[in-house]
Amino acid sequence: MAERRVNPVELIGAAFLSGLQYTGGMALLLGAAARWTVAGLFTRKVRLSRDAVAAQTVRVGVRSLGIVVLVQMFIGVILALQMAPPLSDFGQEAQISSIIGVAGFRMLGPIITAVVLSGFAGASIAAEIGTMVVSEEIEAMEAMALNPVRFLVVPRLLATLVATVLLAVIADVMIALGGFLTAKLVLGPEVYSQYWRLMRDILEYKDFYTGLIMAAVFGILLSLIACYEGLKVRGGAEGVGRATTMTVVYSIVAIVVAACVFTVIFYVFGI
Amino acid sequence: MTVMQSTTDKRQPPKPFPVIRVENLVKRFGERTILSGVNLEVYPGQTTVVMGGSGCGKSTLLRHLIGSVWPDEGHVEMFGRNLCEMSEAELDDVRKRFGILFQSGALFNSMTVGENVALPLKEHTDLDEDTIEIMVRIKLELVGLRYAVDLMPSEISGGMKKRAGLARAIALDPEILFYDEPSAGLDPVTSAEIDQLMMDLSSKLGVASVVVTHEMDSAFRIADRMVMLDGGVVLKTGTRDQFEAIRDGESAGDETTDLIRQFLRGDSAGPITERRKAGGYEQDILDVAEGRYAR
Repeated sequence: MAERRVNPVELIGAAFLSGLQYTGGMALLLGAAARWTVAGLFTRKVRLSRDAVAAQTVRVGVRSLGIVVLVQMFIGVILALQMAPPLSDFGQEAQISSIIGVAGFRMLGPIITAVVLSGFAGASIAAEIGTMVVSEEIEAMEAMALNPVRFLVVPRLLATLVATVLLAVIADVMIALGGFLTAKLVLGPEVYSQYWRLMRDILEYKDFYTGLIMAAVFGILLSLIACYEGLKVRGGAEGVGRATTMTVVYSIVAIVVAACVFTVIFYVFGI
Repeated sequence: MTVMQSTTDKRQPPKPFPVIRVENLVKRFGERTILSGVNLEVYPGQTTVVMGGSGCGKSTLLRHLIGSVWPDEGHVEMFGRNLCEMSEAELDDVRKRFGILFQSGALFNSMTVGENVALPLKEHTDLDEDTIEIMVRIKLELVGLRYAVDLMPSEISGGMKKRAGLARAIALDPEILFYDEPSAGLDPVTSAEIDQLMMDLSSKLGVASVVVTHEMDSAFRIADRMVMLDGGVVLKTGTRDQFEAIRDGESAGDETTDLIRQFLRGDSAGPITERRKAGGYEQDILDVAEGRYAR
């Protein structure tokens, strides 16, 4: 077989073009979902199924509650134990609660929650929609004049948005609690007696709501990627498997990139 | 199975205007031309069977008829209007006037059989819940599945899934019904039952049916008109009687007719098998024996 020399310019170009196509496709999907949501809220002709949104919220949010609680509690413990030694060098061990509060509420709560959900909910949404594509269910929907974006994407998007924000709040609490338990059980009274007071002192409302804004964006991103990958599936079980994997990969990348963008914006504007 | 009585007691003579018209349809996927210039007409109240071997393009043709796929050249008209020139809203209006039975039934796996059949009624009509429930049971009784109304698709057999899919396809009392390989994977009795259903729907409700199949027994049972596709081209269109004449007749030297006859009879020898043989098989084996192959 003749070998084809790989042209690096071609590779970069192809990657760029496919990235552009992906972003464009996702933007179109988001636009369509937004139009259907607005139509459902404001016109009588289009009815958005509240049952579907509720069912999806249970599936995405309620079912992942346990794992989010567990993971975030451990994050709190890790933060506390990792920060305690360097801080005690400065005699500032008690300040771990400030660090846990700011890092947890602003960053770790939203990001870790979104990453967990991209595995828990994103992968399952992509697999579910991908399987529907393979078994001709999507084609059947379209042939019955039922728009798949309206019936499948919108409920999942809304449910994931709501669930990610609410779970981020719970995550914030669990991180703080994890840190407190570590302080109580390991670090000693100089730390835990001031834990909540110092955290309350350092935290401002903006720390809380910037985290929630980020969580909302993460939720939209991960469910959009999941739905897009699911709808794009071609080629049977292998296609579904690939879509599921790529959903998690792309979601995590998108979440981290978005977090970075937000962080820069907040830093520049002093939010 | 009970059959719903037609509400009109006088059947009008079939309208001569075709309810579907395909003109010079060409479709390519990359380098391959799947359909090269297909012409087809479907008339109301009649069952048109589209047949051909695997890979002849019949499934692609069906997808053009339901507006899933768009032609590269030519056009598809339904109810007198070109599908390509319609807006999405107009297309949706047309979609509510036909029903499709997909090969696997294509039921929505997250809903019960009853909910599947109710879905088009819920979304496209303003009927109240009780009326919808009554209509669901009527449609399910038509296909003999009234007892399965609360079962999930994963709990029913392949034949039942098809019948449920058919109940859903007729939920809105469509004017056209499409069937994609309705007998695939069914035992002979269930297949005959589905055929009988199709004929009842056609004769009692005046529905125009387009059936894609290669089961000849079924095809000759249900067809009013037949279309033979091969390699993306229509070999012949005609009435069932005309095709029966070909099937029962003798070879007269015309290769196209011989090919059709081989297909209709299911003969293992004929132009179709000759065509498959002409692939350089002996040379290929000799090449491998002498080490001339790429690996």
